[in-house]
Amino acid sequence: MSWETVIGLEVHVQLATQSKIFSGSSTAFGAEPNTQASAVDLAMPGTLPVPNEAAFKYAVMFGLAIDAEIGKESAFERKNYFYPDLPKGYQTTQLEKPIVGPGRVEIALDDGSTKDVRIHHAHLEEDAGKSLHEAFFGGESHGMSGIDLNRAGTPLIEVVTEPDMSNAAEAVAMAKKLHSIVTSLGICDGNMSQGSMRFDVNISVRRPGEPLGTRTETKNLNSFKFMEECIAREVQRQIDVIEDGGQVVQETRLYDGASKVSRSMRSKEEANDYRYFPCPDLLPVVIEDDYIEALRKTLPELPDARSTRFQSDYGLSAYDANLLSADATTASYFESAAQQSDAKLVANWMMGELAARLNAEEKEFADNPIAAEQLSALVARISDGTLSNKMARQVFDHLWTGESDVDAIIDKHGLKQVSDSGAIEALVDEVIANSPQQVDNYVKADEAKRPKMMGYFVGQIMKASKGQANPQQVNAVLAEKLAGLL
Amino acid sequence: MSIEQKDIAKVATLARLAISTEEIDDTTDRINKVLNLVDQLQAADTDSIAPMAHPLDAVQRLRADSVTETNNRDGFQAIAPATEDGLYLVPKVID
Repeated sequence: MSWETVIGLEVHVQLATQSKIFSGSSTAFGAEPNTQASAVDLAMPGTLPVPNEAAFKYAVMFGLAIDAEIGKESAFERKNYFYPDLPKGYQTTQLEKPIVGPGRVEIALDDGSTKDVRIHHAHLEEDAGKSLHEAFFGGESHGMSGIDLNRAGTPLIEVVTEPDMSNAAEAVAMAKKLHSIVTSLGICDGNMSQGSMRFDVNISVRRPGEPLGTRTETKNLNSFKFMEECIAREVQRQIDVIEDGGQVVQETRLYDGASKVSRSMRSKEEANDYRYFPCPDLLPVVIEDDYIEALRKTLPELPDARSTRFQSDYGLSAYDANLLSADATTASYFESAAQQSDAKLVANWMMGELAARLNAEEKEFADNPIAAEQLSALVARISDGTLSNKMARQVFDHLWTGESDVDAIIDKHGLKQVSDSGAIEALVDEVIANSPQQVDNYVKADEAKRPKMMGYFVGQIMKASKGQANPQQVNAVLAEKLAGLL
Repeated sequence: MSIEQKDIAKVATLARLAISTEEIDDTTDRINKVLNLVDQLQAADTDSIAPMAHPLDAVQRLRADSVTETNNRDGFQAIAPATEDGLYLVPKVID
């Protein structure tokens, strides 16, 4: 009997503000521990929060991007729990009146169809600090944890989806789409390895037609690859439990990407009782219609619109356009490179050689050492016949390792393709004249075997030209000359 | 509405408060008095009144997004019980 999987996501998105949500501390990543933790962030007695206008602006932009209703009056609650990375003893968050109401996000599926995933709501809240549990200084362990509160108070929106995804591929497509939306809006830097976006995945399984099964929640996944692996394993784990006659326990789990196993973090019985109540330190925030409409007008181009434009303006396929338009940095790189040269060829090089190289060296697109103008120049030299594909890959290698000018590389390394028909004819004649035995064999051979035997001559000609002869032209001229000898 | 000793014990655990067995009777009694007062308030007819998110009928002022705080780590850590390498040290906690 078959199983159905039901998946919902909770996504924490760090907003790209300069300062924290309730204090004027910097949110910059990577500072020395606790150098960006002020009296408010440390929950010193007598301090009061003052909300950051940009956090609301960014949350409203997100709401507009997903066709959601904006909470005109939004209020904050306290979510109470004790943990040392949360010095107040509660997290300031939203429950009853979130800033963003129900919305929807369309995802593209592998079979080319699309699916709407409903957003339940998105709310503003503050991030917690970081606890360092390992021996974090000089390998010494003394049974203590170290607390860094630089991250405490960084503004987040938590996006909560409805359980509308039915497999790992859909969940990953949704996660990528949300990443694409927030980076296109410029409200989040999208840096997953720095924790700028973190995903909690709610998973349950059921027999078709039956009510929802008991779900588990796996927290804090910060890569799409981990998410995919984690879902596959958790679905199988739940099916195994049920088929073995057991019951899935509602619990929170942690996934270890290195060992590829998830473990139980806490079960329902010991689940936190957060005792939410309205935060007396903060008044309701009122968002005016004029403000919303002004923001709507300045909303940057969103991935769906950009993909449609890439298809119509550059003649890209839907698949290529979706890939290249997903991330704002990649999209603007493509557009700069495609200004001066063949857009489809630029797209092929970006998704082929460039993507493969970034992948092999585990680099982000932002670390790409080749500028858009350089790729554009390279593609232009392929289009005008100067470079064969093989030569272009060599030029690409030189660009990758730091040489800057495409034409200078072509000159310096002698990578110019010979397309001059006179020169190619001379090369062909020379090789035929120097290979009497092979020519004799060719003439006497069966017609079916001849095409294969041509390979020898092509090889010799390419060698004589130091790899620079245009291979298509060599083939054409050679075929003609050999036919003349029969 | 009234509350029993076991509820008090649970709330005390959640709030990390130590309430001894001698104190728990008295604490339960006093909290029940507060809840009785809430019951009296609940009796008022509020059907035609929209709930407020805050007792003050005012709107939150927002600040501009700029960094106004400077690093005062040394000052804060001078009064912390234990620090090392810029980190606050706390008894080991692993969830």
